[in-house]
Amino acid sequence: MKILALETSCDETAAAVLDGVRVRSNVVASQIALHRAHGGVVPELAARGHVTAVVPVVETALAEAGLDRGGIDAVAVTEGPGLAGSLLVGVNVAKALAYALDRPLIGVNHLAGHVYANWLGLPGEEPPPVPAFPLVCLLVSGGHTELLLMADHGRYRLLGQTLDDAAGEAFDKGARLLGLGYPGGPAIERAAAAGNPRRFDLPRAWLPGQGAGFDFSFSGLKTALLRLAERYRSPEPPRPRPASPPPGRFAEHRPPAFTPHAPIADLAAAFQEAVVEPLAVKTARAARAHGVRTVLLAGGVAANAALRERLRDEVIDHCGGEVPVRYPPLAYCTDNAAMIAAAAHFASDRGEETGWETDVHPRMPLVADG
Amino acid sequence: MPTLPRRRGIEAANRGWPTVVDARPAWPVLDLVSNSAAQTREIGARLGRRLRTGDLVLLHGDLGAGKTTLAQGIARGLGVADAVQSPTFTLVSEHPTVADGHPSGDGGADGDRPAHLYHLDLYRLSGDGELDSFGFDDYLAPADGVALVEWPERAASRLPPAYLLVRLEPLGDGKRRLAIEAVPPGGRYAWLGELRRELSGAG
Repeated sequence: MKILALETSCDETAAAVLDGVRVRSNVVASQIALHRAHGGVVPELAARGHVTAVVPVVETALAEAGLDRGGIDAVAVTEGPGLAGSLLVGVNVAKALAYALDRPLIGVNHLAGHVYANWLGLPGEEPPPVPAFPLVCLLVSGGHTELLLMADHGRYRLLGQTLDDAAGEAFDKGARLLGLGYPGGPAIERAAAAGNPRRFDLPRAWLPGQGAGFDFSFSGLKTALLRLAERYRSPEPPRPRPASPPPGRFAEHRPPAFTPHAPIADLAAAFQEAVVEPLAVKTARAARAHGVRTVLLAGGVAANAALRERLRDEVIDHCGGEVPVRYPPLAYCTDNAAMIAAAAHFASDRGEETGWETDVHPRMPLVADG
Repeated sequence: MPTLPRRRGIEAANRGWPTVVDARPAWPVLDLVSNSAAQTREIGARLGRRLRTGDLVLLHGDLGAGKTTLAQGIARGLGVADAVQSPTFTLVSEHPTVADGHPSGDGGADGDRPAHLYHLDLYRLSGDGELDSFGFDDYLAPADGVALVEWPERAASRLPPAYLLVRLEPLGDGKRRLAIEAVPPGGRYAWLGELRRELSGAG
């Protein structure tokens, strides 16, 4: 079955064609170069991008797959969670396509898509070995930090999640506190490569006794890094301090400036380890507690090599060498539509189809029936 | 223009919880020192319990100033049951409230009870020309809830004339200074004086 999928839940406009779980095409109109110029993501530009890019992106995905519209058997789309305005672009285009082609419409949860990225191989390559159930999946990105248990296809249970900042957000804000670039994950990883993670001791939020013990927190870590980093800030020139800025006006936050020999690499290494350790240890504990047969990583932070290595070590320590740790090819870690098509493929196998009345679901949960 | 008390005053008064730095009843800024994240959440909860539908709260402070912690407290006071995560990447999080979680839920006019908390985070935006894509203006005076905006300076020219402003500033040792003021003074946030009396009594 050939599925055309659209994904517009956040910053990327993406379309892909899958034949079964084989990727025939995967097109992402990313605006990261533009974002970097601004030192951050620019949502209006991104949303305008969704509207103007969506049709060309779909056409490119079809052309690269060597198909015309009539060759598609079903249309899949991300329904949520995400930004209402952005989701709406994808959902409306997908509805129109499915209606015009008289094909079924399959709505997909964005988080499920990230998990199913692990079923995909790169175009022209064999798909990876099929992940065995039950499994745990650590989904870590800029907006998400979730630990999921999957008993079978479509059966999810949320074991834990962040109580404040997402892991990718922690990396971005940590990078800003250290005066490193955007996006923060790769910037921290590069800086940390030359650093000693043990020179500084940063706190890990283990959160014992909260929920099942599988929740995460990175807000306190951010504050601790701020306090450490402040020791190495260049002294600020004195500024006249209006004791109270007039209402409606706001004092400016200055970007950090550091003394020449500030140990940025060591700080980055300590910070990275403090983010990675609870993620890896809790995932391995969950894997042992639930007797899983596979551990999956998903989301943009799955690209972090320190996380991959630490998770592999912890899973071996907790579960022995029999439980594989898998992560998707890099192209399927960040937001893309191939993963949405993969989730739709298995949903379609279960006979799931979405009605025309479907709308966007900005706070869509993963169905909890595991 | 009102001025905040000098810093010396904070350190002198920096004991007990939470410290009301200046307790003069007519002082337009409620100036507090919180000694821990738990206290910041408690201050937030007391604010949240007083908020009504249509209210707008702005949280101003740099990274690590305690904005998300205060937001979690405000959510608790409003009767939000789910986890309040930072909406930095998602821009907006909508949280439904539970009816019995807020004082106006039992006895208050139903139209007053905030049914939602709209938690906005403008951190990723670099200017106020970029707010239309997610309907920023529509969230500011919600007909069925309260709007809470982190990094409001990214939308400085787009803010309505009335709001509750909380400025947060780390003081070291896990302490935070919170300066809470109604803009313009009084109005729909006239209960700030009541909160000052309540906290002065508790300290």
